[in-house]
Amino acid sequence: MKIGIVVFPGTWSESDTYYATKDILGINTEYIWHKDQKLNNCDLIILPGGFSYGDYLRTGAIASFSPIVNEVKEFANSGGPVIGICNGFQILCETKLLPGILLRNKNLSFVCEWSNLKVNNNSIFTDKFKNNEIIKIPISHGEGNFQADERAIKELEEENRVIFRYCSDEGETNIISNPNGSINNIAGIINKQGNVLGMMPHPEKACEKLIGGIDGLGIFESVIKRVTNGN
Amino acid sequence: MVTEETLKELALTFSEYELIIQKLGREPNKLELGLFGALWSEHCGYKHTKKLLRTIKSKSKNTLTEAGAENAGAVNIGNNKAIVMKIESHNHPSAIEPYEGAATGVGGIVRDIFAMGARPIALMNSLRFSNLSDDRNLQIAKGVVQGISGYGNCLGIPNIGGECSFDESYDDNPLVNAMCIGLVDKDKILSAKAENPGDLLIIIGAETGRDGIHGASGLASQNFEETVELRSAVQVGNPFLEKLLIEACLEISEMEELIGMQDCGAAGITSAAIEMAERSNLGLSLDISKVPVREEGMTPYEVMLSESQERMLIAVKDGEYKRIFEILDKWDLKCSIIGKFIKENVVKIYDKNKLVSETSIEALTNPPEYSLDQISKNYKPEIKKFLVKTSYKSFDEKLIKQHITELLKSDNLVSKKSIYKKYDHHVQTNTVVEPGEDSAVIRIKDTEKMLVFSCDGNSRLCALDPKTGSEINIAEACRNISVMGGTPIALTDGLNFGDPTKPKGAFQLVETFKGFNNACEIFDTPIISGNASLFNEGHKSSINPTPIIGAMGIMDNTIKTPKKSFNKNGDKIGFIGKEVWGSDLGLSGSEFQRIFENELSGDISIDLEFEKSIQEKIRKLIKNNLIISAHDISIGGFITAIVLCCEKNNLGAEINMSVPDSWAGALFGEDPTRILFSFKEEDKSKISEILGNESWKEIGTVTEKNIKFENILIESEPLILSYNKGFSKDI
Repeated sequence: MKIGIVVFPGTWSESDTYYATKDILGINTEYIWHKDQKLNNCDLIILPGGFSYGDYLRTGAIASFSPIVNEVKEFANSGGPVIGICNGFQILCETKLLPGILLRNKNLSFVCEWSNLKVNNNSIFTDKFKNNEIIKIPISHGEGNFQADERAIKELEEENRVIFRYCSDEGETNIISNPNGSINNIAGIINKQGNVLGMMPHPEKACEKLIGGIDGLGIFESVIKRVTNGN
Repeated sequence: MVTEETLKELALTFSEYELIIQKLGREPNKLELGLFGALWSEHCGYKHTKKLLRTIKSKSKNTLTEAGAENAGAVNIGNNKAIVMKIESHNHPSAIEPYEGAATGVGGIVRDIFAMGARPIALMNSLRFSNLSDDRNLQIAKGVVQGISGYGNCLGIPNIGGECSFDESYDDNPLVNAMCIGLVDKDKILSAKAENPGDLLIIIGAETGRDGIHGASGLASQNFEETVELRSAVQVGNPFLEKLLIEACLEISEMEELIGMQDCGAAGITSAAIEMAERSNLGLSLDISKVPVREEGMTPYEVMLSESQERMLIAVKDGEYKRIFEILDKWDLKCSIIGKFIKENVVKIYDKNKLVSETSIEALTNPPEYSLDQISKNYKPEIKKFLVKTSYKSFDEKLIKQHITELLKSDNLVSKKSIYKKYDHHVQTNTVVEPGEDSAVIRIKDTEKMLVFSCDGNSRLCALDPKTGSEINIAEACRNISVMGGTPIALTDGLNFGDPTKPKGAFQLVETFKGFNNACEIFDTPIISGNASLFNEGHKSSINPTPIIGAMGIMDNTIKTPKKSFNKNGDKIGFIGKEVWGSDLGLSGSEFQRIFENELSGDISIDLEFEKSIQEKIRKLIKNNLIISAHDISIGGFITAIVLCCEKNNLGAEINMSVPDSWAGALFGEDPTRILFSFKEEDKSKISEILGNESWKEIGTVTEKNIKFENILIESEPLILSYNKGFSKDI
């Protein structure tokens, strides 16, 4: 299998993601430059974190008009698995592959810290975890406040598509354990078909004990297993 | 004839002007005067500090650069890898426009690092503000932190730590020192030079605008009386463009066609291009009409002196720029060939075909050097004894508790989390020890090495006695490295001082260098790079002399790094270092003195050889995996250190000592060379074997809660709460 990491000008998490999938997990991984025309037969596409095009105008807004994003859309619409991390999540919302939008954090400040996430294991990206397992993954964003209209939220909840929620050490999802004001403490969601994941936390930053934890590995491993098993 | 006002604007004195005439053999025109003003400024020319800088220890077996010869200093860490590091100040711009001042401070130091061909792998910063109770100070602090956050986070460089402290001496004059660390293959370090006549000079990145004119000479070289008029001297940053520059320049740095790279920083093209020519022993022919500009009608003077951000200069072999331009195009970066290096030792500046200036490079780059020794001779330091009140020398449980509660609310002692939370410290996935500890640790991928970094300085001690204070600062920087298990190998310094033309300012600088020299020799830590920010004068007085020390240590990645926090109920607490329990030593210059006496007085001292031996001991214990936590006693004294050890895991401590009558000295004294550590009881004999029974002491046990001495019990919970509540005002 082959993983493709899309690089926009201003992206900065591509090498961390590459290190996680290639050096730690040993999966063939390549970068896809935003000016490239093709996804090069990759089996999993990752839109990594950073500040694509400086996040000027609105986070992810300019990137969503990048030619390569049309390819990503086509890939996703034909069922290919896509993960958008942080800025990648923002881009997926701008392209409408995922519902909602990421607003400025409620307290208007950038936030970087290890966050607790409660996992919904009903997705191809999380089936290695136990349901409601609490994992630790860093966040690092100024615009991670997920919001959508009432109908979209209702749909997300009813269809069990909220995959990660910010929570306390004990698993409580409340205002205290919410770092950015996201509605229902939402940290990550999937699309209707279940093949597109957007998440604000950075799983690629949690793949080694030495630097604080390995809970991010399960996300990559879950989807890699699905792809290599052919479903 | 030049007016006094013009000279003042350029921070040149009349005698300097006369010297210029003498060197040129004629009167300089306006452009030339601007070039001299910039290049003879303290920021570029180091006219007040060069003599002192030459005395400093800047070499060791690990250093790879000559001090001051390049954009930053480099040190060998083995495996064909080198670390490049430097600290730089952006004090004056941050006082006027806190957000942009601090943001562009980060931008500038990052460019210094990748100009050496090194990938920036970490940022740190050291901040100084006055009391947050004043609205303007609060606004400055907020703006500075948001600026560092806004610019730094966009670059994908982790901000791994630093410090922030408060003192009245920084009224109107905050300090913003940013430090950047880069990694480069040892054989690929770039130099900011050309090689041969005919080599091309190319500018890359942002267009040149009218911003930041006179930044180096005006802002950084004068005091601060008419700040309002200097507003246009602060630059505005574009971190996205900087990120593109980093990636493009690092890609170009691998190419054969590239000869040298230089950051366009203070004094813009003037300083960058002319210093490049000087280093190469060549001259330069420059056409300012080739410089891409933001606005129509910019004069040669404006183009040469603009400090627009996000610009780099490169030297490229004649005719061999095609592949380089392709890479710049890939990153959508503008570039333009603006000149050529020539044999003759002059800089010729053309505006299209018109020669607008022809000046000797030797004259431009050799400002007068002032001897601060002479100026400082007129200064007799005031020696003020600290008379410790009798009530501080008589055991009084109620009074002690009151003082502990009050002191631990100080903005200088509480958690700085609300600041470092705003900086990305995980990106690049190397951060082993995050901000909030005594120093930060990062691993270097593909090697067996971990590096330890600290960035701080205690200015109150330097105000009392700049020489001893500086020795203590370097000792503490090294101690912060040692308590994490690292061996200190190199330093970078940010000199933040008042007016060096006044006897007091000169004295403080001269003494500081004496202290540096003593300490650097003993710790074998060369100062490989640095920055001087002088003329830090608020409206009322000059700042405390504030040398900031950035320190780097190295260790194997097999070492289990202890953190400051106690880990488990029942673990034992040990102490090594200077025994001061029972004395009032260490109250001079302390936070206790500042908060309760509003005073700055007394004597300070340090025994550097003893300090070195203590640091070796703690490293030995860590190497042998015998200790669980380690933390040095510094600001806030013994009691603050214990609270910080207890805070993270919400534990307590039982100390097998009585608080003596001179309780203030014992609990709050900040005398250096003291380390607390915790260990497992079964390792006690091994620790004694390594250290010898004499040189350490078991002083207590980690408990579930509260801090209990033999004669007093202090509730820990309120103190931990107050620590974690953070600053008195939300920054």
